[in-house]
Amino acid sequence: MVPVLLLHGLMALCAPAIVGRAGRSGFYAVALAPLAGFGWLCTQAPRVYHGGGWSTTLQWIPQLEITLSFRMDALSYMMSLLVLGVGALVLAYCARYFKADARDIGQFAAQLVAFAGAMFGLVTADDLMVLFVFWEITSVLSFLLISYSRTKLAARRAALQALIITTAGGLAMLVGLLMLGHAAGTYRISGVLAAAPGMLGSTTVDVAVVLVLAGVVSKSALFPTHFWLPAAMAAPTPVSAYLHAAAMVKAGIYLVARLAPGFAQTQWWLPVTLTLGLGTMVFGGWVALKQYDLKLILAYGTVSQLGFITAVVAFGTADTAMAGMAMVMAHGLFKATLFLSVGIIDHQAGTRDIRRLSGVGRMAPKLFTVSVIGAASMAGLPPLLGFVSKEAVLTAFVEHLPEPLALVALVGVVLGSVLTVGYSARFLWGGFARKSAGFSELDAAPDGQSVISEFTPASWAFLMAPIVLAAATVVLGVFPAPLEAGIEPYRQLFPHAAESHVHLELWHGLTPALGLSVLVIAAGLLLHAARRPVAGFQRRLPALPTGDYVYRRTINVLDIVAVWLTGRTQRGSLMFYLSVILVTAIVVPLVALFWFETPPLAGFRLSDSPAQLVTGIAMVVAALLVLTAGKRFLAVLLVSVTGYGLALTFALHGAPDLALTQMLVETISLVAFVLALRSLPGPLWNRRKAGHRVFRAVFAVVFGVFMMALAVFSISSRGTERISLDMPDMAYEMGHGANVVNVILVDIRAWDTMGEISVLTVAATGIASLIFVKGRGDRLRSERHQLDTRQLQALRGADSAAHSPQAVTQQLEVARRFTSRPDADPFLLAGRTLAPERRSIIFEVITRLLFHTFMLVSLYLLVAGHNDPGGGFAGGLMASLALTLRYLAGGRYELERATPVNAGWMLGAGLAVASLYAVAPVFFGGAVMESYTFEWDMWVFGHVKFVTAVIFDVGVYLIVVGLVLDVLRSLGGRIDERIERSAAEARKQRSGRGSRIRLTRNGRTMSATRSDDPDVPTGSMVSGDEASEVRQ
Amino acid sequence: MTVNLTLLVVMGVLFSVGVYLLLERSLTRVLLGLMLLTNGANLLILHTSGVPGAAPLHDKSLDGSEYSDPLPQALVLTSIVISLATTAFVLSMIWRSWVLARRDEIQDDLEDRRVAQQSSYDAEDDDAMPQDTSEFDHADARFTPSRHNEEEAAESPGHHRVEKLHRDERRHRHEF
Repeated sequence: MVPVLLLHGLMALCAPAIVGRAGRSGFYAVALAPLAGFGWLCTQAPRVYHGGGWSTTLQWIPQLEITLSFRMDALSYMMSLLVLGVGALVLAYCARYFKADARDIGQFAAQLVAFAGAMFGLVTADDLMVLFVFWEITSVLSFLLISYSRTKLAARRAALQALIITTAGGLAMLVGLLMLGHAAGTYRISGVLAAAPGMLGSTTVDVAVVLVLAGVVSKSALFPTHFWLPAAMAAPTPVSAYLHAAAMVKAGIYLVARLAPGFAQTQWWLPVTLTLGLGTMVFGGWVALKQYDLKLILAYGTVSQLGFITAVVAFGTADTAMAGMAMVMAHGLFKATLFLSVGIIDHQAGTRDIRRLSGVGRMAPKLFTVSVIGAASMAGLPPLLGFVSKEAVLTAFVEHLPEPLALVALVGVVLGSVLTVGYSARFLWGGFARKSAGFSELDAAPDGQSVISEFTPASWAFLMAPIVLAAATVVLGVFPAPLEAGIEPYRQLFPHAAESHVHLELWHGLTPALGLSVLVIAAGLLLHAARRPVAGFQRRLPALPTGDYVYRRTINVLDIVAVWLTGRTQRGSLMFYLSVILVTAIVVPLVALFWFETPPLAGFRLSDSPAQLVTGIAMVVAALLVLTAGKRFLAVLLVSVTGYGLALTFALHGAPDLALTQMLVETISLVAFVLALRSLPGPLWNRRKAGHRVFRAVFAVVFGVFMMALAVFSISSRGTERISLDMPDMAYEMGHGANVVNVILVDIRAWDTMGEISVLTVAATGIASLIFVKGRGDRLRSERHQLDTRQLQALRGADSAAHSPQAVTQQLEVARRFTSRPDADPFLLAGRTLAPERRSIIFEVITRLLFHTFMLVSLYLLVAGHNDPGGGFAGGLMASLALTLRYLAGGRYELERATPVNAGWMLGAGLAVASLYAVAPVFFGGAVMESYTFEWDMWVFGHVKFVTAVIFDVGVYLIVVGLVLDVLRSLGGRIDERIERSAAEARKQRSGRGSRIRLTRNGRTMSATRSDDPDVPTGSMVSGDEASEVRQ
Repeated sequence: MTVNLTLLVVMGVLFSVGVYLLLERSLTRVLLGLMLLTNGANLLILHTSGVPGAAPLHDKSLDGSEYSDPLPQALVLTSIVISLATTAFVLSMIWRSWVLARRDEIQDDLEDRRVAQQSSYDAEDDDAMPQDTSEFDHADARFTPSRHNEEEAAESPGHHRVEKLHRDERRHRHEF
């Protein structure tokens, strides 16, 4: 079975290429896959019927006890024959159905052959979950197949409708299957069925069965979800043929047949299946009588027949099992025949509307014959398979007659069958007969009938598939014995199979069933003869809303609700979103806290030390002052005070690592703040109305009080010792580091750190791309080398310009003197590129003194961090601080000089080092992120111990430096550049030159463009260049 | 475990002021609020580690409970560095917003506003439409439109809709 599936999968992959190369005739090649499967099945008959079938099992998800198991027994065998046989014929039919220049038929062929494969998988699966997977695959593929005409709204809508309805049912079914599998203790279908007798009577199983039946109802298009099937007429006719005859809708029937031996006795099985089945049969037949489109007549006919078959198969006796399965086969054969015939009519006549078809029967005798066989089989006329199976059904119900349920079923079936004969006759008459001019929309001929519609006879190749199917209908009708033998083992699964009297025979003798058949056929023909009064009667009945209408209204209401809900919740206001989040953050924990019990409060202590109290007061004061700060930088400084206060608190709380890191981070944040916001205006506006301010104040206070309450309660309710009690020893003995915090970061919880440095890298890249817009701006590095020669020369020239007598201030005098010795100071060389008034001699001197010290300390922190306060974060921040100093003292060129590699490279290298460190142990048989220790004696340094976790810290170090470098380059250097440029432009404008004129040489002509850009806001410090960047 | 009132009040104030600023329109203030919230949260985590002890640097003579709890410290360390990255990222957002629009304010999302004002989803998608009676007609340029289809369309009440659909389909065809 698995090779058949693989063959279909492979063919689905190759189909686009085959059809693409060979054109529509490629369908013949594609049809070989199901044909080969069919041929193989034929050779396997003895194995199924004498060997009792077989099964194959492959491991799939052993943790969930889901296996790829397949099983071939009589039921699967019959269904497989139908699926693959009809599949092969439909594919072959496609080769002539599509026009030679049709589009997308390669994909279509792939989907159709995959569909056949999925159906085969569905009917052979022996695992509930595997069955469900195939079930959903057929839903998805039917969606793709129905929407073949992508440009048609009707097709897209029908496809979506089919998908929504069948997957909605499928979800219910999934729950049902899970409940069944759970109750049975196995997901093997054979196992579940074997366990079924012991499961009867349990409510779980009853509910599960109803849920599974919900899936069946949606898939098999039973009332009330029947309407997707007629709408799916938008699909190409071969797809309709396959969907209706052998696939998709038959999946539901198959599942009913599969579960009937075990679960037909459950409480809701018969009520659901009989009511919906018989109701659908009568309803579908009644609606089919109203249709004018041949395909719709057939579609509602299918709805009707599916209800019929479901009711019979689900009835759950040995008699109905035989009769129902025979009906499944008969329906598959005649419905495929009829659909393929309709396709030919549509193809040759250009319409399927019976008001525009007239006299086709006379022009296409072969097609007519085939259709008559199909329709007669549908109506249950002898000597066809439809007659044989319907006789069997009638017999089966007559056998059980004293039972009320059998009586109900019999009445329903007879009523439905009368309608079936009626619409079968309507189909034949509508498709092939000449009609009165009054009915037809065609022009009237002299004899009072309508003219014969245009029809080109179809080729034999086109007719081949329906002819084969019709022949099978006749042959199996006359010799039904092989079919009975094929179904027999399935019948044996039911109780009292030995006493079953139903046999598939053309002639049973004069039985009540035969009488009923005659009655049905006579009544049906009468119904057709009286079609005008019947149509009039149908018109006079009050029109109930159709299922399709109800569905559309429901979807429309959903759409409106969705828009309304989106409009109410996604209001586009950040404040609104934050309020919702914060309110949730308050309410949910509060409710959880007090819902069950209010924990007792523990004692309070004022503080751990007087220093802590003083620091706390300072922090509170600073935080409150932020509220009143009107100036940007004042507010920033006040926030920094809380940050530094926090660092002090850390230090007092026995957390040297935190204190160190917090101190460094706070400093660098402050620098970044000043750099980024220096070009924004000083005052912090507050344009909010007072009402909002009150709301925010109340909200903020409530939130703060709530956080305090949460903290008090959670700290009070701590009942056990902390989990980190063993960590110091673990860190020292297993992580070989005395600094417990550092060992946690690089060893115990190394994955957290890995995630964190990834976030840092992303943030750094985000910063660079927000400022540079085009890329990370790393290419600036290549310009660095020019600085030393040409650029610096020019800058020195600029320096000499500063000596001009216009500059008079004393500070500038000093600055000039300081810059007048160009060759004496190779260090901080690029400080020269700063405007003299921006330089600070003391700062430059201090930087010269401190830079190397800082770098050494940072390396020390990095290496020593495993045992003493420090580590990759602190070390990296220290190095960053040194770089910040260089930048502040010497400007952006100095920063470029100070970094040997660019920021992007550093981030990448950091991630690479960390990742390699993580993966490397695997190659030596260790676990991911495992750390090792090497010890050796070294000449001067004595005994040396090296822990590989330090390598990870090196990665962290590089990333932190890369992040800060990006901050400095972007918020510092790049903004410097902009400010200088806009200042230069402002100078130019002031000096009366007005707007710049850009001259462009274009071949021989010159064109002049004003470079003023109206899009740039006036007064913006960046102009044309920035705006063009944005546009790009 | 007793509660440290100093840490508790400081944390409460940081959270309150942070939330107040967070709900502002000015991006700078939002960022300041974010930083205060971070500090408050770090303080809370630190607070949960209980009474301070020795710095968590291994010492053979100390018992595990005599150290300050190292685990919250590791959490806070991570948080501190992440907050640096967040701060710098928001700063560059503020700067860019300033460059592009000359304001550092949070704007309401106009697209969201538009959705909110929309009365319903595209109603046509849920509307009734006539069914085709052939696969080989107008929608498939290979066949000329059948005379009757056009006539039916002209007579039926949904005429304009059908016209529109046809146009729609033609346009789609063009696109494909």
